[in-house]
Amino acid sequence: MSRPEEQVILAEHPVPEAPPEERDEARLARRERLRLLARSKTFLAGVFLFGVFVFCAIFGPAVVPYDPFGAPTDLLDKLQPPSTEHLFGTDQLGRDVFSRVVVGARDILAVSVAATLLGVVLGAALGLVTGYFRGVIDEVLMRIVDAFLAVPLVILATVALVALGPSKGTLIVVIGIVFAPIIARTVRAAVLSERELEYVEAARLRNERAPYIMFAEILPNVTAPIVVEFTVRLGYAIFAIATLTFLGFGVQPPSPDWGLQIKENYVILNGGYWWPTLFPALAIALLVVSINLIADGLTRVVEA
Amino acid sequence: MSGRNGAPALALDDLRVAYTVRGIDRPVLRGVTLEIAPGESYGLVGESGCGKSTAAFAIMHYLARNGKVTGGSIRLAGRELVAMSDAEVRALRSREMSMVYQNPGAALNPSIRIGTQVAEVYRLLGSPAEEARERSEEILRRVQISDPARVLRRYPHQLSGGMQQRVVIAMALASDPTLLILDEPTTGLDATVEAEVLELVAELRSDLGTSVLFISHNLAVIARMCERVGVLYAGRLVEEGRTRTLFEDPRHPYTVGLLRCIPRGGLRKDAKRLDTIPGLLPQLGAELPGCVFTDRCGLARTICREQEPAFHGLGDGHSSRCHFHDEAQSLPREAPTTAGMRRPKGAPVLRVEHMGKTFRQEGHQVRALSDVSVEIRPGETLGLVGESGSGKTTLARLLLGLTAPDEGSVAELDGRSLPPTITQRSGDDVRALQIVFQDPDCALNRRHSVRRILGRALTKLLDVSGEERASRLRELAASVRFDGRLLGARPVQLSGGLKQRVAIARAFAGEPRLVVCDEPTSALDVSVQAAILNLLVDLQGNQGVSYLFISHDLGVVRYLADRIAVLYLGRLMELGDADTVFEAPHHPYTEALLSSVPTLEGEQRPRIRLQGEIPSAADPPSGCVFHTRCPRKVGEICEREEPPLLEVEPGHMMRCHIPLEELRRLQATPPSPSRPEGA
Amino acid sequence: MILFAAAQLLPGDVGRAILGPFAAQEAVDQLNEELGTNRSFVVQYGDWIGGVLQGDLGDSYAFNRPVAELLWPALRNSAKLALLALLIVVPVSVVGGVAAALKEGRTRDRIISLGGLSATAIPEFVWAVLGIMVFGIWLDALPVTAQAPSGSGFLTEVKYLLLPALCLVFVLFGYIARMARAGTIEALHADYTRTAVLKGLPRRTVIRRHVLRNSLLPTIAVVATQVGYLFGGLVAIELIFNYNGIGQLIYRAAQRQDFPLLLSASLVVGVVFLVATLIADVLYSLLNPRIRLSSES
Repeated sequence: MSRPEEQVILAEHPVPEAPPEERDEARLARRERLRLLARSKTFLAGVFLFGVFVFCAIFGPAVVPYDPFGAPTDLLDKLQPPSTEHLFGTDQLGRDVFSRVVVGARDILAVSVAATLLGVVLGAALGLVTGYFRGVIDEVLMRIVDAFLAVPLVILATVALVALGPSKGTLIVVIGIVFAPIIARTVRAAVLSERELEYVEAARLRNERAPYIMFAEILPNVTAPIVVEFTVRLGYAIFAIATLTFLGFGVQPPSPDWGLQIKENYVILNGGYWWPTLFPALAIALLVVSINLIADGLTRVVEA
Repeated sequence: MSGRNGAPALALDDLRVAYTVRGIDRPVLRGVTLEIAPGESYGLVGESGCGKSTAAFAIMHYLARNGKVTGGSIRLAGRELVAMSDAEVRALRSREMSMVYQNPGAALNPSIRIGTQVAEVYRLLGSPAEEARERSEEILRRVQISDPARVLRRYPHQLSGGMQQRVVIAMALASDPTLLILDEPTTGLDATVEAEVLELVAELRSDLGTSVLFISHNLAVIARMCERVGVLYAGRLVEEGRTRTLFEDPRHPYTVGLLRCIPRGGLRKDAKRLDTIPGLLPQLGAELPGCVFTDRCGLARTICREQEPAFHGLGDGHSSRCHFHDEAQSLPREAPTTAGMRRPKGAPVLRVEHMGKTFRQEGHQVRALSDVSVEIRPGETLGLVGESGSGKTTLARLLLGLTAPDEGSVAELDGRSLPPTITQRSGDDVRALQIVFQDPDCALNRRHSVRRILGRALTKLLDVSGEERASRLRELAASVRFDGRLLGARPVQLSGGLKQRVAIARAFAGEPRLVVCDEPTSALDVSVQAAILNLLVDLQGNQGVSYLFISHDLGVVRYLADRIAVLYLGRLMELGDADTVFEAPHHPYTEALLSSVPTLEGEQRPRIRLQGEIPSAADPPSGCVFHTRCPRKVGEICEREEPPLLEVEPGHMMRCHIPLEELRRLQATPPSPSRPEGA
Repeated sequence: MILFAAAQLLPGDVGRAILGPFAAQEAVDQLNEELGTNRSFVVQYGDWIGGVLQGDLGDSYAFNRPVAELLWPALRNSAKLALLALLIVVPVSVVGGVAAALKEGRTRDRIISLGGLSATAIPEFVWAVLGIMVFGIWLDALPVTAQAPSGSGFLTEVKYLLLPALCLVFVLFGYIARMARAGTIEALHADYTRTAVLKGLPRRTVIRRHVLRNSLLPTIAVVATQVGYLFGGLVAIELIFNYNGIGQLIYRAAQRQDFPLLLSASLVVGVVFLVATLIADVLYSLLNPRIRLSSES
């Protein structure tokens, strides 16, 4: 019979790892967190996997065996199944799939990270302001957020991209702006609970100005949810960019983006040519999974 | 039916319990032996981390997944519990033992009706549905809930705290168990409600003959409820005996120390300082060779460190685990005996008149505070007393400028007019009024170091920087006896007492004139509380600062306060010198409040029961707001007219229709015990 | 409720209005359609909004028909697919989440949690492609298009819809299961569960009677938001499986920059989502006694 109380008891009786003489206590707490993270196998797996993709993104073009954009002579090699020469085979234009997959990491990582960063910065600022001030600003902004949430990301982004023209820049801005309200909501929730705590009142009793209270007092206490949100949203960003690119509204050819590769090659699945489609698909899957593993590991540590 | 076959209701024999943390077994209970006779009430007393709750859960066979009994035995009415199967344990829980713990609201399932939850107990005993329902109604009536049929159909959130706890007690006693375990059942309840609940438990116990294990950190409550007491320290029973004997003639240094920490018998700060227990509670699972209390004991000698004392019997069931138990009461004092006190004098630091605050809540007007006028002189402590809804927190916030008062409120600081909200106040005003909050975990920013917290306060309030700020910071830390080497630490790394010292230092950073203390010691252990109270007294003596001291602990208030204000539903009911207010004649509410609070000396006042619940501030009673519960109500005038606040004696204000002399005469005898069942 | 009324216009207004001014310059360059689409987006948008307020959704450029005619059959089709997906995913994820919570921290929990997490992470079209490869081509167990031949019976239709529905299920499972798990864990740790156990109730009864009704309440709200994601995924899924639903309509409209159709379809999706949220809100209020009945002493 399992008793679901382990965590409760641990919280009541904290067992410090180091003797009480340890004076450098701040570093101790951080070390404790890192130790917990390091012990989490999921987190480590995620970091490792993600690291592989980052490596591909940065050093990809330098280390790939073949030119991902293809030379004219390669047409003779088209649609070769995986072999020792071409690890992942070749596609309809004779390009080496492995090289394309590796290099494809760069675009998607760059765009998704930029978009998420934009969204987080905007969203955090928005969340702080609405959460702290509340009142009319809060009401209005939350209604707008609800409006944004009403239409799924993919559809909203599609409309935006069609209206503005698909390009990497537009993609970053659109996704960033669409993310901002959603992130703002999470940040706002954290801020709402923080502002009730007495240290905020103590700050007001020193006649501290609002910006000081928001950024110097409250913000350090909500960084944890912000970081978790960042990693979670990054996963969604990659998800969305891949889908949009697949639909044709995201990154444009001849970029070796994975979504594009799938789009270009899935129609020939019926003919038995599975490799140009499978490998980019796996790449997307693994990248998003790695990010979610990191996010999951972080969430567990933050909640502890 | 409880099995009474002559065996003790509960017998713990060298019980050892440990928690496995990161692969290592950390002992929490180090061999506890005690017996509770059938029908007896036994109190288990100790501070946080001593293992008392663990003992309760071990008995109920409900230890956490990482907890286990590593030795000894638990016998309930003669039956050995430790190695029992799950099915047997379940049977025991439904018939022989029950537990009631803190926070009754959470103990009830919010999505299931009361009736179903109570009936569940009877269904487990085999009753069919209809019978279970009838018996549920019966047991609710037994716990003095009027109109039980209606309550049965309700959901928990629709009941008040006191009623919720009654329901929980009903469920616990429904099966007529051999043993009832109560773990801090009244912490968090208002004084008058707590008194009701305790009295209920005492009555039911004597009616049903149930044995009770009462666990609490509050010695006064234990004194009221229990026949025998055991003192637990670091998982070991250090003293045990009859309640009276133990509290009057303690024979273990820890017990002696604990009792000295508590302001007893009307002790006042100018008479004697509270003694403290040096050091910290041992960490969970630490290795403690020899006597567990050695590190903090003023009488410790070499033998204490090497050899653990046996449980010496002292006759009449009184035992002490100390090598030098006969010397226990000559335990040297930590703090000097007397304190030099300055008498408060001079023009008032703070004066407010007709202070009121009305909130809008769900469309209603809620008068949280109404027509409150007080003044506080330099170096004086004004104690603010009242239950929930009394408005004491609101008053504090109004004074500090955190909310704006209603029209017609007047506030003066040192004779000059004080703007209502803090943003309108000058720098001098701002640093003159500060606060120490109850919970230092919330009051200090967890991400800032102590140095940053205090430094920022100094910068903002005194406008100093650089070298001057650094030296002032050192002085400030020293003044609250905070070790300078810990300045780089974050609050989460500090103990409760240390955190509260930082909070106090922060309040004193700007050399304030008045500091509001909002339950500053309620979250702390008894031994730590004494040290903090002494600190507050010292600071007041050195700097001439005034305090507005809010607390529900009347003993502490009586110790610290020079004058006392009693609030009820936002109105000032009585205001006067501490001694005057505590002695008759006083306001009927004060009288009832004082009689509800348990004291270590046992019942010296006749217990006055208040009918009903505290009314809602959104819909206050007409006339005198206390008339719905007042045992001394004279008649219609109390319902019609709100009595004005009058000075009935020099320096003594009261809001009551009954004249002072009449009250003096009436309060010589307790009021007639009319007992309509409170709803 | 206010939300519903206000947001009726908001998806159109706020979303597009912000984009409108930016769109003017670039959209003008991009447009190369016939039938007066060389007008700027702003003007087209203005036209459309005017039409909507009068109940007219405009005409589709691409299909040369009034938008309304195209929308409703497409919506019906999508609804079938969505419903099938929901019918599968809700019970499965709730059971999965609860099962994981009951064995918190143990193997079963980690598998379900991580499995769900990974599945959610993978975009629907990737699942679709993989699904087609595995079930459609290698195993030849399920058809690779979603549109059953006309006149098919109910079961045949389900067979055709199964693969696309499963792709949606994989994506939605993780989040709903996680919410169910979190809710159950919280309920398991609650004081009232402790009371129930200490009363002597057997564990299964405690879970059934006390834990579940508290843990599943928040899950209802989550399902409503998932409807939103579901419709987002429909675009890619319907494209791959060649299904005439609202997703494919949006795709084709976007491809051809057919704004009236595009905007109307998006509006419809928004409305569907709001209705779902509304239903969830109402359901939650009905089931939560704390909201249903106000407190009294």
